[in-house]
Amino acid sequence: MPTLIKLEAGQFAEADDAFTTVDAEAAIPAEGAVILSLARFEAEGAGLLDDGRRVGVVVQPGETVEALAYDLPRLALVALAFPKYRDGRAYSSAAVLRTRLGFKGELRAVGDVLRDQAREMVRCGFDAFVPADDASTEQWAAAAGRYRHVYQTAADRRAPAFVERERE
Amino acid sequence: MSLYAYDQIDRDMLADRAAEFRDQVGRRLSGALTEDQFKPLRLMNGLYLQLHAYMLRVAIPYGALDGRQLRALAGIARDFDKGYGHFTTRTNIQFHWIKLKDAPDILDRLAAVDMHAIQTSGNCIRNITADPYAGATAEEVDDPRVWSEAIRQWSTFHPEFTYLPRKFKIAVTASAKDRTAARSHDIGLQVKRNRDGQLGFEVMVGGGMGRTPYIGPTIREFLPARSLLSYLTAILRVYNRLGRRDNIYKARIKILVASTGAEAFARQVEAEWAALDEASIDLPDLELARIRTAFGVVPFETLTERSEAFEAARAADPAFARFARHNLAPHKRPGYAIVNISLKAPGETPGDATAEQMEAVADLAERYGQDDIRVTHAQNLVLPHVKLDDLPVVFAALQRHGLATPNLDLVTDIIACPGLDYCALANARAIPIAQDIARRFEAPDRAETIGELKIKISGCINACGHHHVGHIGILGVDKKGEEFYQLSLGGSGAEDASLAAILGPALSADQVAPAVEALVDVYLDLRAGPAERFLDTYRRLGAAPFKEAVYADAHQA
Repeated sequence: MPTLIKLEAGQFAEADDAFTTVDAEAAIPAEGAVILSLARFEAEGAGLLDDGRRVGVVVQPGETVEALAYDLPRLALVALAFPKYRDGRAYSSAAVLRTRLGFKGELRAVGDVLRDQAREMVRCGFDAFVPADDASTEQWAAAAGRYRHVYQTAADRRAPAFVERERE
Repeated sequence: MSLYAYDQIDRDMLADRAAEFRDQVGRRLSGALTEDQFKPLRLMNGLYLQLHAYMLRVAIPYGALDGRQLRALAGIARDFDKGYGHFTTRTNIQFHWIKLKDAPDILDRLAAVDMHAIQTSGNCIRNITADPYAGATAEEVDDPRVWSEAIRQWSTFHPEFTYLPRKFKIAVTASAKDRTAARSHDIGLQVKRNRDGQLGFEVMVGGGMGRTPYIGPTIREFLPARSLLSYLTAILRVYNRLGRRDNIYKARIKILVASTGAEAFARQVEAEWAALDEASIDLPDLELARIRTAFGVVPFETLTERSEAFEAARAADPAFARFARHNLAPHKRPGYAIVNISLKAPGETPGDATAEQMEAVADLAERYGQDDIRVTHAQNLVLPHVKLDDLPVVFAALQRHGLATPNLDLVTDIIACPGLDYCALANARAIPIAQDIARRFEAPDRAETIGELKIKISGCINACGHHHVGHIGILGVDKKGEEFYQLSLGGSGAEDASLAAILGPALSADQVAPAVEALVDVYLDLRAGPAERFLDTYRRLGAAPFKEAVYADAHQA
């Protein structure tokens, strides 16, 4: 089982995964929380939500998160896929979800998720990670927290250098 | 004080980066990381594996450095390389003979003088290009370094824009005469004032070199200056989301802009910008003022326009007079000049400087140049603030170190990439071609008669030598394992930007210099007068007479 690391109140901790990711052709399990593709969510999501199920959606880099705008308050989780670590589209998707669409639920990074990207992911608003490089929670936290300052505003709302300087 | 002064936050950033990389190199050397896993990490620190060794590319933000920093680079050249470094068309410096185990120590040495190799490679926002005459030329509307520093900070470790479709380059210029090749950058910013006197930028997007060169179109005539970072965020976000990732040759923003259309692309950017929280992204006025102040004030003296020492030297020494004609530019203050130091001595590698030369320039900057040094995209150096009174002494010192070549913008001031002598991507050598041409035009009188002529040589289609915007562009190609060279004419990277057009079939290496000579002879023969540059004659007459001369000559050879 891959590890799920969650960031809550500034702390990284290993967590149990309550969600089952439903593959394209697979049947949706009778109960429990599920993660669906965007297409499948559009077709079948409403019914599951009406049943009171917890539903998440996995968005591929070529899909736009804006498509989820009306459903976001009802979604427990959005997962953004990194087919390759070099594919950086999900960083923009995450930023849009957090800063423009106001998504407050779990934002999970899945796919080719490496510890050397931990900082970028946290700053763009991800708060759940499934590392593909077997990074431990400690390693993940160390990589995410290696820098004492940031220069620019991002979804994490960490005070950038220009705000730190103003306070001095 | 003439550089942006780092504060503790800026220094902490570099220290944290150096520590992180030391840990990563340690993991690689112990075998905990494979080369595959290590590659993206080293690339983010400017460390490339080249044909013979590792190459480390050190950032020189917007091409500005002081004596202390140039001395540190000289020390690195001496202690970790073969005693020299190579200044690049991106105004950075590369060391071509680095050992992996030394890289962390080099980064520590750099950090000690507020330098680094951050974002000198990888698909991120690279070093910013700015006018090398910034703060010295009377032409400028505002000092572009202030805005370049704002962009440097904003783009450093930007979490959203670290894994772009492809690398991303920004140029800032504030003068009508463009010394940055702004329209050849992913984003070119021209500082200007609108009718109300408000400061802002003309925003050009989607220029570039490479396989498919473009002159970047303007997508906004006037952007208020304080909105700069939010507007850049909008451009980068549109590009990050929509730029192609299926083919690295189509991944630059120029392809997105060209395929979307400049107007439609501009609308996408405006829509994204309108939806951004500008206030949280743009620097407050106080921070902009802090950055401006951190550049310090150059303590200029009040001098007269005319310097007796300068005039006397010019009258007495023809070599000095020639240097003054070609390598000086007017300064905004009376009694001062901008001094261009050519790194294109005939027979040398364009852009190379030895440790001793770097130390000599550092020394001159400290003693006579307000401790300010610039690197130009033409791979030369600049001392932006030298008193005319001091020029004879400065010139003599430059002469002693082989740095007084009086050829700025002349036929021997050639831009060349490292080519097949160093680079794993190259198809052909560039440096020996540059050396051949430079030797052929070594006689300074002849070069002076020819006037401004910009020759640019790339060893492969990636166009690091900017051959697309050369008055004469030379591109190395591989034909069945042999090096051939394609000539193009009529390009310009300046304010009259244009792309060069291929002249005819590629030539073998030994035909290139004679062909350039034939081109020059045709030009001298046909030009309307000495004021008409090679480029102007070509634009007036077209390719035909040039083509005839080269290919007639090539057949005879």
